[in-house]
Amino acid sequence: MAKSIDVSDLNIYYGDFLAVEGVNMTIKARSVTAFIGPSGCGKSTFLRSLNRMHEVIPGARVEGKIVVDGQSLYDPAIDPVAVRRQIGMVFQRPNPFPTMSIYDNVLAGNRLNSKRMKKSEADSIVEKSLRGANLWNEVKDRLGKPGMGLSGGQQQRLCIARAIAVEPQVLLMDEPCSALDPISTSAIEDLIHELKSEYTIVIVTHNMQQAARVSDDTGFFNLKAAGQPGHLVEFNATKKMFSNPDEPSTEAYISGRFG
Amino acid sequence: MSTLQAPQAPGPSALHASLARPRLPRWAPAGLGLIVIGLAALLLVLGVGFGGSVALGALTYLVLLPTWSAVVEGSRAAVDRLVTSLVWGAFAVAMIPLVWLLWTAIDRGSSTINLEFLTFEMRNVIGDMQGGIYHALIGTLLVTLTAAVISVPIGVFTAIYVVEYGKKNRLSRLVTFLVDVMTGIPSIVAGLFALALFVLLVDPAYRSGFAGSVALSLLMIPTVVRSTEEMLRLVPEDLREASYALGVPKWRTITKVVLPTAFGGIVTGVVLAVSRVIGETAPLLIVAGVADSVNTNVFSERMQTLPVFIYYQYGLATDKGRAYAWGGALVLILLVMLLNLGARVIGRIFAPKKG
Repeated sequence: MAKSIDVSDLNIYYGDFLAVEGVNMTIKARSVTAFIGPSGCGKSTFLRSLNRMHEVIPGARVEGKIVVDGQSLYDPAIDPVAVRRQIGMVFQRPNPFPTMSIYDNVLAGNRLNSKRMKKSEADSIVEKSLRGANLWNEVKDRLGKPGMGLSGGQQQRLCIARAIAVEPQVLLMDEPCSALDPISTSAIEDLIHELKSEYTIVIVTHNMQQAARVSDDTGFFNLKAAGQPGHLVEFNATKKMFSNPDEPSTEAYISGRFG
Repeated sequence: MSTLQAPQAPGPSALHASLARPRLPRWAPAGLGLIVIGLAALLLVLGVGFGGSVALGALTYLVLLPTWSAVVEGSRAAVDRLVTSLVWGAFAVAMIPLVWLLWTAIDRGSSTINLEFLTFEMRNVIGDMQGGIYHALIGTLLVTLTAAVISVPIGVFTAIYVVEYGKKNRLSRLVTFLVDVMTGIPSIVAGLFALALFVLLVDPAYRSGFAGSVALSLLMIPTVVRSTEEMLRLVPEDLREASYALGVPKWRTITKVVLPTAFGGIVTGVVLAVSRVIGETAPLLIVAGVADSVNTNVFSERMQTLPVFIYYQYGLATDKGRAYAWGGALVLILLVMLLNLGARVIGRIFAPKKG
């Protein structure tokens, strides 16, 4: 059920400000694609444009084409809500719903979309998603407790469980480990490896070792200068990116000579 | 690399710099306070007026404590002591009218309140016969409830528009501006407006609880809008995005995520708005009128309310009238207190929980 994503000539704006310019890439199905680059270069902005979350910000718009499974996401006939049901997202900061229990948080996507389901069906979705997010063993005895009572790493895995409970085809992750300790980070990286067999995963990260560890392909974004739009410098297989990149600036960034 | 090395020969003064400072004993502020109160009492006995001795006592305290502290502890601690005393003083001054008012109402009103007072109306009550506030209590509850029923949906929906849909566009800024203007409407003007409205719509002699509710809702709506707006803005944008990213439509995000998260705060705001209007007298005097007996139909006939009852009874200038006025006032205060307690309970029940 995983889908590939084709991006062509994508320009992303905040009002009149061009934030990201001329992106072309193909994100492969059932693989992990990582985006790296310095702060403010438009990685997150680009990620958010992949499931039409970018336009949630007032004045934000997109030019160009993103094609998923033969459908152009920014076609006027496309319903952004339907897109987001297919392309899930995990955010930088864990954001479980504070009014809901762990159980309800996992089911939020299904419940909020007013899907009626039997108790047994709901239970099995909760267990499957929490197992999928490597959280089941830690919370199975306190599913009725508030989601906010978990630790940061557990909250982030709860958010991943919530995202996969609606069975999306693509999972976008915006620096999912930046607020977490190394142990939680490693739990989530293991999880990404497991999820790869069923989902197309796109991850933004500041941690180049993480990109090297988890991803199959890597895209390097950079700014020409402060105030200039960000652009995709290089998009290649991760192995090649980290050993023998095509662009000198990629090598400079990865080897830590700038940024 | 030299900067990374530890300083090799720190001066003896740096090594022995003590972190301990002389401190005043823990009882110093309270003990000095007691002494100063004793001094003030002495002044009072010596014939200095009450206001004078309180002012002199406070001044003495504000001079003595910082001076003592400056001598023992140094200037930074002295400033700290001075500001602490000033803050406590401001708190005490703010509490005085509140406690005084409560005490007066309880002192003068509690003897009036009994079962008859709460369950009798004033119909055909003359002279020293036992009357009561039942009709006014019913009137106040009905009028305020109706006002809340009118203003809560309007207020909450307005706030939702301004925060969730308006996003600082021209219309939402205009709405915010008009709400601010409405906050300043004098209650008597709201009453006159309601009167004019119903005179125009129904007939010149029309008086009813409903007209009173309309006047009160004019006063309530801005408060409800303002407090709901604040509460909705407190809901983190993260939660809305989390919901959108799950493919939840905007209206469902608002009803299922934003409103439940802000629910406790919204209820508190609504109750504060109710407490603000429950004691309004002027508009109700104009449009709801004065009555002696129970009227449970808000849409017709005059309806007595507690503030109007208090005003009317006090205006009689009889001992019984004054006692009834204070009794009514105490009941009104208790009602508002009960409402606030209820709001706190509801707010706590629905507050986002941890752990």
